[in-house]
Amino acid sequence: MARLPGPLFLARQSYRRRRLGDAAKLLPVFGWVLIMLPILWAGVATTAGGFIYLFVVWALLIAFIGVVSHFLSKSENVPSETSFVDPEEH
Amino acid sequence: MLSFNALITICFGYVAFLFAVAFWADKRAEQGRVGWVRSPMVYTLSLSIYCTAWTFYGAVGYAARSGLEFVTIYLGPTLVMLGWWALLRKLVRIGKTERITSIADLISSRFGKSNLLGVLVTLLAVIGTTPYIALQLQSVTLSFEVFSGGGVAQEGGTDTALFVAAGLAVFTIIFGTRNLDVNERHHGVVMAIAVEAIVKLVALLAVGIFVVFVVAGGVGETFDRINQAPIADWDLRPDRWAILVFLSAAAFLCLPRMFQVLVVENADERHLSMASWAFPTYLLLMSLFVVPIAVVGLSVLPEGANPDLFVLTLPLSFDQGSLATLAFLGGFSSATSMVIVAAIALSTMVSNHIVMPIWLNARQGGAMVTGDVRHVVLLSRRLSIAGVLALGYVYFKLSGGGAALAAIGLVAFTGVAQVLPALIGGIFWRGGSKWGAAAGVIVGFGVWLWTSFLPSFGEGAVLSAAVFAEGPWGIGMLRPQALFGIEGLDPLVHSVLWSMLLNTGAFLFVSLLSFPSPLERLQGATFVNILRYAESASGWTGGVAEAEDLLMMAQRILGASEAQSLFGEEARSQGKQGFLPDVTPDFLERLERKLAGSVGAATAHAMIAQLAGGVSVSVEDLMRVADEAQQILEYSNQLEEKSAELGRTARQLREANEKLVALSVQKDAFLSQISHELRTPMTSIRSFSEILMGGEKMNPDERRRYSQIIHDEAIRLTRLLDDLLDLSVLENGQVILNETDDRLENILDRAIAATEQQDGTTPLVIVRDRAREDVALHTDSDRLAQVFINLISNTQKYCDAEAPQLTISVTKVSGQQVVDFVDNGSGIPRDAQQLIFEKFARGTDHRAAGGAGLGLAISREIMNRLGGAIAYVPGQGGAAFRVTLPELRAKAA
Repeated sequence: MARLPGPLFLARQSYRRRRLGDAAKLLPVFGWVLIMLPILWAGVATTAGGFIYLFVVWALLIAFIGVVSHFLSKSENVPSETSFVDPEEH
Repeated sequence: MLSFNALITICFGYVAFLFAVAFWADKRAEQGRVGWVRSPMVYTLSLSIYCTAWTFYGAVGYAARSGLEFVTIYLGPTLVMLGWWALLRKLVRIGKTERITSIADLISSRFGKSNLLGVLVTLLAVIGTTPYIALQLQSVTLSFEVFSGGGVAQEGGTDTALFVAAGLAVFTIIFGTRNLDVNERHHGVVMAIAVEAIVKLVALLAVGIFVVFVVAGGVGETFDRINQAPIADWDLRPDRWAILVFLSAAAFLCLPRMFQVLVVENADERHLSMASWAFPTYLLLMSLFVVPIAVVGLSVLPEGANPDLFVLTLPLSFDQGSLATLAFLGGFSSATSMVIVAAIALSTMVSNHIVMPIWLNARQGGAMVTGDVRHVVLLSRRLSIAGVLALGYVYFKLSGGGAALAAIGLVAFTGVAQVLPALIGGIFWRGGSKWGAAAGVIVGFGVWLWTSFLPSFGEGAVLSAAVFAEGPWGIGMLRPQALFGIEGLDPLVHSVLWSMLLNTGAFLFVSLLSFPSPLERLQGATFVNILRYAESASGWTGGVAEAEDLLMMAQRILGASEAQSLFGEEARSQGKQGFLPDVTPDFLERLERKLAGSVGAATAHAMIAQLAGGVSVSVEDLMRVADEAQQILEYSNQLEEKSAELGRTARQLREANEKLVALSVQKDAFLSQISHELRTPMTSIRSFSEILMGGEKMNPDERRRYSQIIHDEAIRLTRLLDDLLDLSVLENGQVILNETDDRLENILDRAIAATEQQDGTTPLVIVRDRAREDVALHTDSDRLAQVFINLISNTQKYCDAEAPQLTISVTKVSGQQVVDFVDNGSGIPRDAQQLIFEKFARGTDHRAAGGAGLGLAISREIMNRLGGAIAYVPGQGGAAFRVTLPELRAKAA
């Protein structure tokens, strides 16, 4: 069955919102890579160095998700005018 | 140093405080002032039950032994929270839409509401959680021993665990089983956990700050100490590092207690947004000082001190009694909050998936059993809580505490993680099938038992040394720590790797081969597409079940008033009056979901199936499964809405028409009735007056008798005409109300006195609860009494029980005072219920045709005038009328 026609492009607001969602989905992957990175230094790393690295990465990830979540929940309150072609979000 | 008794006192004080907090939160919620009791902050804090005593005390010990590896236990959950938008949001949405009560319920519901899966996951959860509860009991016992100086350790120790287990059982039963509906949430418990979360964070931070800034002398000095410590080199083992991050992330999702707070207790999806950064921050703060405490403890405390207790022993060795007490309370909080939530989660699973199905099967007639089922569900939950805690205590006693127990934390994680493939596969892949999920869970469970759980008791305990070395019956391929002959792996890595690989493999393989039932496919489509379409798949065809039967069943599970308001609302939305809606598939589905919140999806489905005659999938439902159909549906939504409205109007019209036809029949009957009623007295008046006119030879006795008859007949005529007049006055609104202050009790007394019968018929027994009748009213009490008299005399006339009995109960239903009149007769047939309030209507039984069928019509008019209402309530055993009293108007007005 042919797909029913809908607008090809989203409004700027919905577009932003989707990309924010993408960012939120990518963040755990990004975090996983950063957390797995010390494996490369296995054998030469010190506890003090590892301690600083891990907690800095951790704090940065928290800051990132804080910003993304803030904007995501803010945009969620705005009614999306194109919700019928935006099935992923509504 | 603080005395042992002082510590006990503080401990009791703290527990009393927690009871008070929980009680206060429950009270507030009961009054509807949920407010910040249900704020995102409290939600975030409640997630902290992830940090048990194992992490509170054990993290330092872990760090003292293997350096930074302990962080993995916190990094996994951090990654899960970072990915909330992709995963947790979906889980929470599913939990809300489908009214999920536990992780077992989620799996069972997703795979066709299969109880087999529910039982499997429940078993897995119980086996995986029991050692963990034992671990918490052990940690509390150990921390008490530290304070008691080890002197009374053995005797006092065992008692401590028993006391703690019993106390926790009491707390959990009191606050965990107040509501039957799990979706109504445990405000008290969650609030108490949030308080405990703050206590444990503050305690650990306080000890950490003390250690870094007082004992070590500053941040720089602390780093110097780290560099000189035995753990200065980061002995990072890549395989363990990766597996542990994965394992803790998986456990964070699959642990029954985490699922309980993450999904079931979640009040609002938006809370996740705050928890996504606030909970990782909590974890970061919890682990910030772990390495410093471990390092300082290793250097300051004597050789051989138990690093698992550094958090307590460090402050004690510097004579900081109050700090140590705070640390103790932190550990105590960690242990108790975990046990409470775990017990609630497990008891819900055990009760919904094991006890209730067995109980329902054991009773003949299944869902149609009589009596209130709610107490059975609550009782089974309470017993399950006690059982879970008893199991933990017994495990603690049998394992004898010690190091064997400390190693169980990661073993338990691996066990519960076996649900992960079914969980993730279930919500992201529509192809996952029931048999696939069952195969995966069984295989994973088996591999875990063999490679992790049984070996955790040590060589020679359950499995002999020979089995470890050569495999069972000498089969080398099956050695518990070297499956398929692959040696040299770390035992944990080995177990996680094989169990997860084989589990996932079995799930995928069997899912690909099997063909799911229609219900499974519908549930699959609903779960996977939950964020796209708010609606859920339905599977009921309507019409088979009688609304009245359903109402009777729902009343027993939800309680009478809630069930009635649910049915009443549904009837109103269908454009009908009264409490009995049409049994549409939509309604069945809504009812099922409501019941699922109380007894779990599988049980609710089975109960409805018994009444509705089984599940079937309609053509529309199948279309919905197909992706393409979704598009059409989006566009035909409006059309559907219009047609639904048309249907509603048609239904109203049909009903109005039926009513009109019935009324016209009634009216004809009434006309002949009324002419008969008028004619009979007229005839006798005429003939007796003729006799009187022509009878000179009559004696006075006869004359008196004849004129008495004429008089009686005239009175009868007058009464009939009075009733007709009364009704027409009421209907035209010309009535003047004579409002006074009175008490309900007095009005009822007057009504009952007025209806007392002098003749020899069976007396009517009236059951009242005078204590509840003490209600002040400002209304026309004579008119109200008239309504009551009507209802009571109707019972006298029509109640067909051998020993007629009328129960008058006064209650409050959604803020309004109601008086229910319920008798023990056979009630009013369904088709007559619609008409009884109409003029000229009369019960089918003409045995007691004393009135003209105007009583209820008058009563209804009176109640309308007074600002109240009167309605027939079906399904109460006999005829039941509900009089809703007018609200007490402000006197000042």
